[in-house]
Amino acid sequence: MNSDTIAAIATAMSNSGIGIIRISGKESINIVSNIYVDKNNTKVLNTYKTNTIHYGYIIENEEILDEVMVSVMKSPNSFTTEDTVEINCHGGILVINSILELVIRNGARLAQPGEFTKRAFLNGRIDLSEAEAVMDIISSENEIALKNSVRQLKGSVYNKITELRNEIIYEIAFIESALDDPEHISLDDYPERLNLKMKDLIFKIDKLLSTTENGKIIKEGVNTVIVGKPNAGKSSLLNILAGEEKAIVTDIAGTTRDIIEENIRLHDINLHVIDTAGIRRAEDIIEKIGVEKAKKYTKEADLIIYVVDSSVPLDENDFDIIKLIENKKCIILFNKSDLESKISIGELKEKVNETIKIIKTSTKENTGIEDFEKAVKDLFLNGEININSDIMITNLRHKEALKESLDSLVQVSKSILNNMPEDFYSIDLMSAYKSLGKIIGEEVEEDLVNEIFSKFCMGK
Amino acid sequence: MKFFLSFVWVNKNCFLIYVFVSRKGFVFMKIKENVDVCVIGAGHAGCEAALACARLGLETVIFTVSVDSIALMPCNPNIGGSSKGHLVRELDALGGEMGKVIDKTFIQSKMLNKSKGPAVHSLRAQADKAEYSRMMRKVLENQNNLTIKQSEVCELLWTSIDNKNKKSTKKIIGVKTFTGAVYECKAVILCTGTYLKARCLCGEAITYTGPNGLQAANYLTDSLLSMGIEIRRFKTGTPARMDKRSIDFSKMEEQFGDEKIVPFSFSTDPKDVQIDQISCYLTYTNEKTHEIIRNNLDRSPIYSGIIEGTGPRYCPSIEDKVVKFSDKERHQVFIEPEGLHTNEMYIGGMSSSLPEDVQLAMYRTVPGLENCKIVRNAYAIEYDCINPKQLYPTLRFKDVEGLYSGGQLNGSSGYEEAAAQGLIAGINAARFIFGKEEIVLDRSEAYIGVLIDDLVTKDNYEPYRMMTSRAEYRLLLRQDNADLRLSEKGFQVGLISKQKYDYILNKKLLIKKEIERLKNTKIGAAKSNQEFLERHESALLKTGTNLAELICRPELNYEILKELDSERKWLPDDVIEQVEIEIKYEGYIERQLRQVEQFKKMEKKKIPDDLNYDNVPSLRLEARQKLKSFRPISVGQASRISGVSPADISVLLVYFEQYKKR
Repeated sequence: MNSDTIAAIATAMSNSGIGIIRISGKESINIVSNIYVDKNNTKVLNTYKTNTIHYGYIIENEEILDEVMVSVMKSPNSFTTEDTVEINCHGGILVINSILELVIRNGARLAQPGEFTKRAFLNGRIDLSEAEAVMDIISSENEIALKNSVRQLKGSVYNKITELRNEIIYEIAFIESALDDPEHISLDDYPERLNLKMKDLIFKIDKLLSTTENGKIIKEGVNTVIVGKPNAGKSSLLNILAGEEKAIVTDIAGTTRDIIEENIRLHDINLHVIDTAGIRRAEDIIEKIGVEKAKKYTKEADLIIYVVDSSVPLDENDFDIIKLIENKKCIILFNKSDLESKISIGELKEKVNETIKIIKTSTKENTGIEDFEKAVKDLFLNGEININSDIMITNLRHKEALKESLDSLVQVSKSILNNMPEDFYSIDLMSAYKSLGKIIGEEVEEDLVNEIFSKFCMGK
Repeated sequence: MKFFLSFVWVNKNCFLIYVFVSRKGFVFMKIKENVDVCVIGAGHAGCEAALACARLGLETVIFTVSVDSIALMPCNPNIGGSSKGHLVRELDALGGEMGKVIDKTFIQSKMLNKSKGPAVHSLRAQADKAEYSRMMRKVLENQNNLTIKQSEVCELLWTSIDNKNKKSTKKIIGVKTFTGAVYECKAVILCTGTYLKARCLCGEAITYTGPNGLQAANYLTDSLLSMGIEIRRFKTGTPARMDKRSIDFSKMEEQFGDEKIVPFSFSTDPKDVQIDQISCYLTYTNEKTHEIIRNNLDRSPIYSGIIEGTGPRYCPSIEDKVVKFSDKERHQVFIEPEGLHTNEMYIGGMSSSLPEDVQLAMYRTVPGLENCKIVRNAYAIEYDCINPKQLYPTLRFKDVEGLYSGGQLNGSSGYEEAAAQGLIAGINAARFIFGKEEIVLDRSEAYIGVLIDDLVTKDNYEPYRMMTSRAEYRLLLRQDNADLRLSEKGFQVGLISKQKYDYILNKKLLIKKEIERLKNTKIGAAKSNQEFLERHESALLKTGTNLAELICRPELNYEILKELDSERKWLPDDVIEQVEIEIKYEGYIERQLRQVEQFKKMEKKKIPDDLNYDNVPSLRLEARQKLKSFRPISVGQASRISGVSPADISVLLVYFEQYKKR
């Protein structure tokens, strides 16, 4: 049972300075090799010796996701005694989740609660006296995980998943009863009908998957990115919102070279704020990485706060940013209102989407911040994302399961297209059904047989 | 009064006990015999069990209430059908008899689901019922080591055994018949079918008989209860039989058999089964039929509550169908011959327990049956059976050494399901006596494995029927490869000859070599090849490929590709069939093989028989209770018990590691 490779976040899920993702199993080194480069931008992880730690980058589609330290522990010199890689990355929830998702996309599976410990034990790593504690951990962690997972499911999600499952099992039962009783139940013209059904189901699951982002807002807060030219006052804004000196604020442009994260509670909305390096066409290599990252996070953010330095004219760096915020939820802070304006609000309005709110602020004198807070509230509490009624998928595990079911249904469509015999459809339909079952914590057991007998009239 | 006992030696196994009460002569005499195995019941399970034991060299007695009812088919006149056909094939590959007998006695044959994937192709044959019974009886009668005995077994004889290791507390030592005869033996196989405390219901009319008016077995249940065996009550039913001369077939659709007949048994020569076939007929119920049924539901013993037993959902009576599927305007009715030498026709699809008068009225609404004459009424039958969770997957009672059980007594239904269990029970009783490890087929090896695992692991509340959807690895468990899957086991057990086994080994080799050859035969984009593809409406080649790739295309197959395959040598049809299936469905087959790998790992983790679940910390209460009551043999089996969660399984695994280290 230990043949697959598992991954999980090993540190607590909070915005600590550092987060660790642990990957254990036969494929762990290969998986991380695919997404890790050293400072010379080469994929070298599988050449590393056991029990060594290395500096490098996690990359996705050749873009740098984060700057990391990676430790390699080859079997049996690890906690689980399997090949293990630990990625020490920056501790923000956004960063750590994106890396975990990347690891999973590359072939690892999300670990079950207590699974590392279990493997450690089964592989003889933990000694006898600890065994009972391990059993307790496994059973209680499972209970908690299950309870949490079920609690997380709002009634509407539960109902939605159940509805999808019912639709799927109906089709399986129909196919199966026809296979079991071909003389009573015919499958003529059925593939065409099933194909339509598949399109419908794929559409519905796609829609559910698209809510994962909204769901994240509820659970993890609004992923907010502060962008702006260097020295526009981004770090000052963060400090005001956080009420403490988190970022170093100087008059020197380019002070924030990396990403700073902060959780801020604002009118019941949890803002997960990332302060980025100012966006400019940088020369300095380290700052360049920071800028690249800022751009990347901007793409993934739920909310962008664009801090405009009103004391200097708009330049090519501003135009770069304006391009970035196209089609994104954004609030523009017309900052440094304490200084003489070199640009007008009207001038800015012409350049950006008309729905974007522009607020005059001075981070130095702490003015306009209340207006800003109200704007955020309007945008999220009364705005398009209605937190209470939407069906949202908030959990990575759920998201994975939904994706799996989607893949299986796509496979059914393919089989129909390729004129495969009907019994092959039910293989993939069953996988989809099982994947969805993982979300609501239900096993298959006798579902199918019951469905067959209750919905279809069998022979003799 | 003078009183003495005398033993008269008859032969090595048998002696008579005379009890003299006076000098005038004996008052009663009791037979006491000593054999290896007693099989109780001579239905489809009993026959396979007895033949297996006798063929493995054990002195075997098979008891039946009537020798004329050996291998009786009291319900439908066919063998096989979806997934049941698989069972017969597997039985045959393991050395069972059913396939061989039906090959000699069928009157129509069809491969079902031929338009679907190879995994769900399934053979079904209409049997000449009387011929089938006669032929099976002949096999039994001529089997060395096997004795047929017409007698009702009333009691199992057992003793308590040392219970230090918490295994079985009892041991079987023999059986006692109604006449008082005692048969001492080392193993008993219960194959009592639907006979235990049976009663038949036809509306208000109730008779206390077994199927077909045969004598019920009314004593054995009490003996089982006294041994602490849990008994439950199930129910099933059968439709009416009609006089062929009273049926108007012109109003029905004629149903023919296949043109090319495939035999059930791997040892039957296909040439020998190409016979002239008899037709079946299809007609339908209608609104009038349903109205009569609805108006008389209060007279149905099931709906009025007279019937206590649980009936099968897959084999509903016509009144069930009308009530449960009220939106259906009509139901199919299959009219099937019961044999060549009888006018009786079986009315498939209309089993019922309604009273005689309602039955006649209802049948007569069906097109073609307007003037029908009923020979035998439809009836429901109730019977005692055991809760099969008391059995190991070897079909041995967990608590009783030497006691095995197969067939409908285990809560299954169907001739094929019964025969399959009978064979496994027979094999394992024999292996027990020889002191060999008993065999278990797992869910990835055979439908038989799925059948038995479902029976002994899951809570079944109705007679269990095999269904293709129950087999999660069905792509691997095809009827066409049953011989490849199971002959090795059959050979190891001793029911398959060396010669047959060698044939299978050679077949496997031929398949493997041919697949390799096809994969290595390159096909370039040469003009002649492109022309060939064009002719067969297949996409042209952009780059070179191989023959195996081309076989995967839906529009091409092995036979068509002969033209491009100059190296091809002659191969038997059954080898070509395997080559083609394995290539065409390779992706899916590999996926299932990977799943099987995972599955096997859990099956291999055995749970010690003397494990005390109370000592396993952290198990949830429900899981603990379920595990204690089922006593699974492996972690795999434990994981399939309802109420045992994946977390409980993890806890068990950890516990075993600890246990091992101690």
